[in-house]
Formats: sequence, C-alpha cells, structure tokens
Amino acid sequence: MSPQPLGTLKGFAVTFRQIFRKPITQQYPEYKRPVYPRFRGRHRLWKHENGLEKCVGCSLCAAACPADCIRVVAEENTAENRVSPGERYARIYEINMSRCIFCGYCELACPFDAITLGNEFEIAEYSRDDLIYTKDMLLAEPIKRVPVASRERFDTPEPSYKTRS
Amino acid sequence: MTPTALLTTSTPLGVEVAWWVSLIQALVIINLVMVTFAYLTLAERKVMARMQLRYGPNRAGPYGLLQPIADLLKLLNKESFQPAAAIDWLYILGPFLAAFTALTTFSVIPYGPGWNVGGVYIPGQVADVDIALILIFAIGSVGIYGFIVGGWASDSKYALLGSMRTCAQLVSYEVSLALSVLGVVIMAESLSLTDIVAAQDGTLWYAVPQFVGLVVFLLAGTAETARAPFDLPEAEQELVAGYHTEYGGMRFGLYSMSEYINLITLSGLCVTLFLGGWHGPGWDGAAWAGPLWFIGKLVVLLYLFIWMRTTLPRLRYDQLMRFGWKILLPVATLNAVITAVVVVAI
Repeated sequence: MSPQPLGTLKGFAVTFRQIFRKPITQQYPEYKRPVYPRFRGRHRLWKHENGLEKCVGCSLCAAACPADCIRVVAEENTAENRVSPGERYARIYEINMSRCIFCGYCELACPFDAITLGNEFEIAEYSRDDLIYTKDMLLAEPIKRVPVASRERFDTPEPSYKTRS
Repeated sequence: MTPTALLTTSTPLGVEVAWWVSLIQALVIINLVMVTFAYLTLAERKVMARMQLRYGPNRAGPYGLLQPIADLLKLLNKESFQPAAAIDWLYILGPFLAAFTALTTFSVIPYGPGWNVGGVYIPGQVADVDIALILIFAIGSVGIYGFIVGGWASDSKYALLGSMRTCAQLVSYEVSLALSVLGVVIMAESLSLTDIVAAQDGTLWYAVPQFVGLVVFLLAGTAETARAPFDLPEAEQELVAGYHTEYGGMRFGLYSMSEYINLITLSGLCVTLFLGGWHGPGWDGAAWAGPLWFIGKLVVLLYLFIWMRTTLPRLRYDQLMRFGWKILLPVATLNAVITAVVVVAI
C-alpha cells in the first residue's frame, strides 16, 4: 500500500461536497415515475366494439407461456350465448400473477390481440389467492392507474420486429 | 496506594460525593449514552445518505426521527434464535460482556467542572478515578473477550473467522492507541482524565503539540472500533457479518450497540485527551456550559468518523496489518519518545 495523503484528502472533499446537492432519490409512493409506453405490466383482456370478447379460447397463450401461469377452458359459442365472434370462447381464463414473469409471449402468441400487457405494476397482495386473476378482473378497467410516459417521445412508431421482417 | 484507594472518588474540595448522587448520575449518563447511540445510528445513516445523494431513513416520524425506536422495536420483537451447537452460556454472555464493558467506560470521562447544587456536590463525571486512562484501556480489552467469545461460541466458521479477525485487529491497534496517548500522559504528568483536562486549561490544547498523537489516536481508534476503512471484522463480501453472524434480535442489537458506544467513548476520550475536554476555546462561559462544549466537540468527532466511513474504501487484510505495525506503531513510538525527550529537556 502506498499512502497517498493528498488523494485521500481529495476524496474527503468530494464526499463533503455532495451534502449540498439535492438527493436524486425518487420517493416512490408519493412520486411514481412514468412507465414507458411498452412497459409490460398487469394483463388486460379486450373486447370488440360490439361487446364480444376478442378471446376465442384457442389456448395459444397458455401454450406460449414459459411460466405456465395461464389456464384457459374453452366452450362452444351457441346462438343463445354468444360471447366471442369465433367458434368458441374462453369460459375460464385465469392468470396466476404469482407465477407470471411478464415476458409478453402470450401477447405475441395471441392471433386476435385479445390479451395485452398493460402498464400497471402495483399488483402486490397479502394473499396468494388474490394473485389469481379471473377473466372478469382481466376484462375490467384496472382500478389503479399508472402514469405513462408520452408515446411520441418514448415509443417508436412501429415495433422493430414488425418492420424488419 | 491500596487497591481500594484506586476506586474511591475524590473531589477537588475534598467533599465526599453522596452515593445516591453517583447512582443517579450513573443512570442518567447511561441513558444519555444510549440515546446518543440511538441517534448516532440515525445520524450516520442520514449523513451517509446525503453524501451518496440519497435521503436516508425518512419514513418513521418527521424526518425519520423515530427510526431508532422503530429499529429497537423490530429487534426486540425478533425471535432470539440460537444455533443448536452453540455453547449456551457463552453465547449469551458474549453480547452481554461487550455491551457491559462499552457502557462502563464512559463513566470516567469528565464532561464538566463539577457543580454545587443546593449543598449537594455533583461531580463532573460519574467516577473520578486516578488511573482513568488505564482503566479505560483495561475495560476495553475485557470487551474484546465479548467479541471473541461470541464468535467462538456460536459454532460457525464465519463467526469464528470474524472473531479471529476482530481479535487480531483490536490487539494490534491497541498497541498504537496506547502509545499515541502516552505523549499526552507525559505532558500532563498524570493518568487521571480530570488532571489531563485541567492541564489543558488556559494553554494550547494537546491537539497542537500532540498533533501526531491525535492523528495516530484517531486512526488507531477507527481500527479499534472496527469502522470503515478498518471494518475488516465485518467485511460482508468475505465474511457474512463477522463475529455476530449467528446472532439475531436484541443480542445482535447489543453487539451493535456496544460497537457504537465504543465509538462514542473513544470520541469522548479523544475530546478529553486532545481537545481540551469540557473547556471552551479560551473561554468557558457559564459553569453549566461545560457539558455543551463537550457535546459539541463530541459531535464534530463523530461526524468525522461518519465522514471517514463514506469516503474511504476498506483496506485489505495485509494492508491493515502492515499499516498498523509498520506505520502507526513506529510513528506512535517516535512521538512518545520525542515528547518524553522534549518534556525532560524543557
């Protein structure tokens, strides 16, 4: 070890100077940093404008899911009970949020854009049971709202995987 | 001097200190020291945070002022877990010994001139011992047993390694610490802290003629309290946590407390030996201002220790030993020898 008293003193000056600067901490519950437009958060299921569900119960999302957290039970649409425009619809659609790794493969696998990953990230619960999201919860508007950074500034107009192919 | 004579408390007026005064004073001082410890932890976290552009704890109470209390409640609520293979009574004795010795040493540090309140004499420290300096080092050495015993009794390789490091480090730096103080003792011609403070009254504080001693004392003291950059006993990257790896809950709290209180005592000792004790700079003010001067200097020193912790990276083990034995010890020895020669020559 070569003692370098001057360098050490310089170090002391550096640390002392920082006291007068404003901390850069983002104080989370009071301030929520806007998420990027393509942030992958809690899932949403979508409906067509005529009220029919986009999901046709094909289970491609469940097949694509690496964490095996999606459960789809499909049933035939009938004339009296028409839920989706396709042949079948998802009678049960569950996502186990305690297993989900938010990779977005379900979104990519879906042929009808029925499932997307939203922006909500505050999905902690006190019980594991509460983390199993049913179809109704996924179809409904999320209760918590998250600030999202402006799409113009932070998003490319076309995703690169679509433009490149 | 008989052994009992060493432990009697003497006053400048020859007035006996009533036993209940000492008792109350001891209670007050112990609690004050513990409160200082509690808020030192908060201050350390706050100051360190600001130096790292963070806020530090600011959730418990206004400005995080209730954080120490929250920490204490958390520690008290924890299960006092004990490894199955630990040696029961030694495992429990370790933190107790460390905390006891840490709290004891502050009793001899003078913080005021002594006051006469309504015919009752209140001395400026809990116990005015003639050989206070030796007493502090002796009790401090006993405190090391708390660290060794605790690490050994927990039957864990990390704890054992940590306690061995602590032991080696404290023993090597204690030599330099004691030698750095020697210059002050030679100049004041006394081992009594009261006399050393009195000898600095009206003259230059010993920080000036004993500047080398002060620097060596601060460096060796940092190592002695195992703080950064000498915090090898608890190097998280190499050992899990040092000698208290297997401790949890309030037993860990006691160890942590003893380390911080050792730091407070050491700073108090430094104030007493080098910075004129409870005297103001050339002007004392009112009789009750003594403790305020003392606390003010103490706070400056504690800030210095926190500042050092944020700034300096940890030394390697061989660097630590080389620094202790090859730099600090010769410098401290030379300082003591030169002081002795100069004092005799003048």
